[in-house]
Amino acid sequence: MSDPRRTPLYPRYADYPASRCIDFGGWEMPVQFYGIQQEHEAVRRQAGLFDVSHMGELEVTGADAERFLQRLTTNDVSRLAAGQAQYTLLCHPDGGVQDDLLVYMLAQERYLLVVNAANADADREWLSSHLQGDVTLTDRSADTALLALQGPLAASILSRVTDAPIGALAPFRFLQNAEVCGARALVSRTGYTGEDGFELYLDAGDALRVWDGLLQAGAPDGLLPIGLGARDTLRFEARLPLYGHELSREITPLEAGLAPFVKLGKAGGFIGREALAKQQREGVPRKLVGVEVLDRGIPRAPYAVYAGERRIGEITTGTQSPTLKRNLGLALVEAAYAARGTEVEVEIRGKRLKAVVVATPFYKRQLPEGGDRS
Amino acid sequence: MSEIREELRYSEEHEWASPPAAQGRVVRIGITDHAQSQLGDIVFVELPSVGAAVYAGESIGAIESVKTVSELYSPVTGKVVRVNDGLLDHPERVNESPYEEGWIAEVELDAEADEALGGLLTAQQYGELTK
Repeated sequence: MSDPRRTPLYPRYADYPASRCIDFGGWEMPVQFYGIQQEHEAVRRQAGLFDVSHMGELEVTGADAERFLQRLTTNDVSRLAAGQAQYTLLCHPDGGVQDDLLVYMLAQERYLLVVNAANADADREWLSSHLQGDVTLTDRSADTALLALQGPLAASILSRVTDAPIGALAPFRFLQNAEVCGARALVSRTGYTGEDGFELYLDAGDALRVWDGLLQAGAPDGLLPIGLGARDTLRFEARLPLYGHELSREITPLEAGLAPFVKLGKAGGFIGREALAKQQREGVPRKLVGVEVLDRGIPRAPYAVYAGERRIGEITTGTQSPTLKRNLGLALVEAAYAARGTEVEVEIRGKRLKAVVVATPFYKRQLPEGGDRS
Repeated sequence: MSEIREELRYSEEHEWASPPAAQGRVVRIGITDHAQSQLGDIVFVELPSVGAAVYAGESIGAIESVKTVSELYSPVTGKVVRVNDGLLDHPERVNESPYEEGWIAEVELDAEADEALGGLLTAQQYGELTK
């Protein structure tokens, strides 16, 4: 392995005595700045600032860009207008997932794809190998920084450092060329926490200035920097999938409960459509469900899940929910056992503990302005 | 800096054992301040059973933080005579007070105390290890 990669914010991590870095998909990233519990609560109650500059940004341009993305992604790109973003997936012909991503329509014939760090190189190759017609793929990852400002006070904090009308942005809409802390940014009302919030795409050279400016502006409200640990628990409570856990080459989007982002009927089809349509027709064999362990124990990936003596699946992500203090997991189980209230068992260190299938998302914020991600 | 107590003995797996009173054979064990700070917010402790035989260096339970599961190893060989039940509802005591309120179990040693604890690290040696 080569040396770990670092984001432009790396020098700031050392400012926090309790910060700790881990290797995440080849990147040296902070798992926490203060403590996962404290950071998690800050995002649910006030706001948090995330450095997610490790994510990959790929620009797709050209007269055939829309047709190309229609064929490669599961959602319907033709529904986008400039200034709108969409959650979608890249699938293989067998329906397995190459990655999940956001597609931003920057302008006619110009799109930005935001992909998982660990998959970025493979995604680029996958996309490159399918180029057809007038399409150019440009990797913008190295010169792009990405910050996420998330939490109920995110809009109020961001409005102090920009004159752009960010309060009027609907979910999955974005502004280009907004000025934030004196730097040019693409600001979108998106995130990965289950809270209101924004993601800010910046030139890498502006990252430190905007990071510092936002933390300063939000300090009176309790804004904290947030590591990948709390990012994971936050997205988990909101049932947002994480590639490598709820999604993989071996799991289809339909099994992961992402049917709203798979437009089987869109014109022209897409890679994986036939396999997914067949799965839809014949019944999805496995389903992603919520599981609560009722005995003392915390479900973790990849603990086995049983119904009686039958092994019906496994935990994909699990933890003690920092918001709810319940021992919860997401599990991919045989469809016959997916109904809410089904009694199951989770095997933890050789012992089978009583558990039950429960509703997801585990946490949903109260304000009705969320909207869905299609 | 994490706290290291002079009177305790330590394992390389970051557990501590408190030497028993004269002629005694019961030692109290727990995890060190360094260990709790590395683990972060502890949300669950799986305790050994009272009466269970435990062996130095072998797993006797688990400690879980929000994100991680860590094995809990016994620093000594013997039989568990008491466990800290309070940790079941208040696992955070391991973070707050690893050497007092957050103790894990009491173990009756198989061997004489000198022999059982002789293989463990002194406070100074443990300090070197965690420097």
